[in-house]
Amino acid sequence: MNRAALAIALLLLATLPFWIGNSFYVNVATQMLIYAIFALGLNVLVGYAGLVTLGHAALFGVAAYAGATLINSGHGHIIVAIGACLATLAVAAIFAVLALRGTGLGFVMITVALGQIAWGIAYRWISLTNGDNGVSINARPAPFGLSLESAPALYWATLVVFLVAVVAMAIFVASPFGASLRGARDQPRRMTALGYNVWLIRFLAFLFSGFWSGVAGLLYLYYNQFVSPQTVALSASAEALLMVIAGGTGTLLGPIAGAILVIVMKDIASAYIERWNFVLGAIFVLIVVFMPEGLVPGVVRLCRRVIAARRPRAPMPVLGEESGE
Amino acid sequence: MNLWLILSINSVTLGGLLFLLSAGFSLIFGLMRIPNLTHGSMFMLGAYFGVTLIGWGFGFWLAALMAGLGVALFGGIVERFVLRRLVGNELAQVLVTLGLSFMVADVCLMQWGGDPISVDTPAGLVGSSKVFGMAFPTYRLAIIFIAVAIAAALWGMLDRTRLGAMIRAAVDDPAMARVVGIRVSHLFTFVFCLGAGLAGFAGVIGGPILSVYPGLDQDMLPLALVVVILGGSGSLLGSLVGSFVVGLLYNFGQAMFPELAYVVLFLPMLIVLVLRPRGLFGRAAP
Repeated sequence: MNRAALAIALLLLATLPFWIGNSFYVNVATQMLIYAIFALGLNVLVGYAGLVTLGHAALFGVAAYAGATLINSGHGHIIVAIGACLATLAVAAIFAVLALRGTGLGFVMITVALGQIAWGIAYRWISLTNGDNGVSINARPAPFGLSLESAPALYWATLVVFLVAVVAMAIFVASPFGASLRGARDQPRRMTALGYNVWLIRFLAFLFSGFWSGVAGLLYLYYNQFVSPQTVALSASAEALLMVIAGGTGTLLGPIAGAILVIVMKDIASAYIERWNFVLGAIFVLIVVFMPEGLVPGVVRLCRRVIAARRPRAPMPVLGEESGE
Repeated sequence: MNLWLILSINSVTLGGLLFLLSAGFSLIFGLMRIPNLTHGSMFMLGAYFGVTLIGWGFGFWLAALMAGLGVALFGGIVERFVLRRLVGNELAQVLVTLGLSFMVADVCLMQWGGDPISVDTPAGLVGSSKVFGMAFPTYRLAIIFIAVAIAAALWGMLDRTRLGAMIRAAVDDPAMARVVGIRVSHLFTFVFCLGAGLAGFAGVIGGPILSVYPGLDQDMLPLALVVVILGGSGSLLGSLVGSFVVGLLYNFGQAMFPELAYVVLFLPMLIVLVLRPRGLFGRAAP
C-alpha cells in the first residue's frame, strides 16, 4: 500500500515535465523542490534538535554567493559544488559555535543577529558581494556534460538531489545519531548523564542542517542565475521557518508539504497583491495561534479523529502531553 | 571640528537612541521572557506616526510624545490580545512577533510609501552650541540629555518606587507575587506598553538624524539585539553600557571600515558570548 503510493509519487515526480508541459509550471515545481530541500535541512534543527533558528537564510545565501563567485572566476562545476558546500560548512560551524552558547530563546536571538550580520555583509561588502546589485552568473554550469539550460533538465537535476536529500533524511532520522539528537532535544540532562556529549550532537546536527541548506542555496543559484542580499534577509529565514512550521516540525513529509504550500501561496499571492510580506506575517500569526502543531500533524490528527468518531470503541488519545521534568 | 570628535558625538547620540530602544526590549525580554521581535517595528511605527502628526501641525515634542503614546497603545493591544494567548510558549511568541513585524512593515509601506522621509530638526535646536569651548550640534546634545534623563527616571522607577518593587517581585517569582496580591498580568501589560512607547518615542526623536524609511525596523532590531546580548537581558545598566558600546562601534566601524561595519559590530558580541554568555550585566540563569 505504502510502497505503491511511493512508486506512484515517484513516477508522477519523474514524469512531471511531460504532463505539466508549460515550462513556467515546471520552474515552479523546481522552486518547490529547492525549497523543500532547504526546509528539510532546516527541519533537522527546528524539528529534531528543537533549536529554532532564524539565521538559516545566511547559510543558503553563503552557498549561492560562493557558487556565483566561483563560477564567475571560471571554475568547473565540481569545484563550484565542493567550494560552495565547504564555504557553507565553515560558516555553519562558526554560527553553531556562537549560537550554541545559548539555548532556547538565547539561541534564537543569536541566530537572528548572525543572520542580520550576514545580510549586512551581503549588502555592504561591495567588493565581495556587489552590494545591492547582487551577483549574476551568465549560464548554468553543465555537470558531467549535461546541459541544465532547459527547464525540464534543471527540474530533473533538482529532483535527483531532492531524492538524495529525502533518503539522507530518512536514514538520518532512523539512525542512532538521529535518536540521540531527539534525546538531546527532549532530555538534555539525562543524555548528559548517560555520557552523551549534547553540545557535540547539536553541533553536528547544525552542520548537517547547514549542509543541506547550502545544497539548496547552490541549486537556487543554478535556477535563478542571480543572488542578491534579499536571499539572505530575515524574511527569507522566516519564510523557510514558516515552511517547516506550517508543514509540521519533526516529520519527514511536513517540510516538503510546507515548502509546496508556501511557494503556491507566494505565487498566488503575488499574482493578486504586491504585499507578500503581509500575507507571510498573517499566515505566521494564524498558524501559531490556531494550528500550533503544523498542517500535516493537524490534518493527521483530524483524520484520526474522524476515524475514531466512526469507530467509537477506540479510546481517544490524550492530546498535548508534556514531557517536562 | 575634527573628525574624531564628530564621530564620538554621533556615536554617543546613536547610543542614546539605542538605549531608548533597547531598554524596553531588555525589560520585556528580561522580565517577561518575551522575545519581542516587533521592537524594531515599534521604533519605525513611532517615527511614521511622528511624521504624520508633525504634518498635521503638531509641534515636534508634542508629536513625539503622542507618537510614543500611540505606539504604547499598539503595544498594549498586541500584548493583551495576541501574546497573552501564548504565555510560556516562547517559540510561538518569537514567531508571532516576527509575523507581526512583517505585517507592520508592509502596512507602513502602503501607508507612507517607499521613499525616505526626512524629519526637520525642531526649531530652537538647530545649529550648534558651545560646551567647554567646543561647538557641538545642539540637537544631538539634546538627544543625549533626554536619553540620560530617561535612564535615570527608569532606574528610579524600578529601584525606588512601589511600582518598581512590584515589577521586580513579579519577575523573581510571579506565583508568589500573585499570592501577596500583586496584579502581575497588569504589570506585564504596563511594562510592555512602556517598552513599546519608549521605542516609538525614540523613533520620532531619532527622525532628524536617521530619517524614516522602509527597512528602518530591520536596521534597528539587530542593533537592539546586539545591545541586549552585550549588556545582558533585564539589566538597565547593561542596556545603557551596551547601547553606548554599540553606538561607538557602529559609527567608528562605518567611518573606518565602511564595508565591514556589521562585522565590527559583531566582534564584541562574539567575545562576550564566548567569555560571558549571559551578557556583561546579565543575571545568571535561574
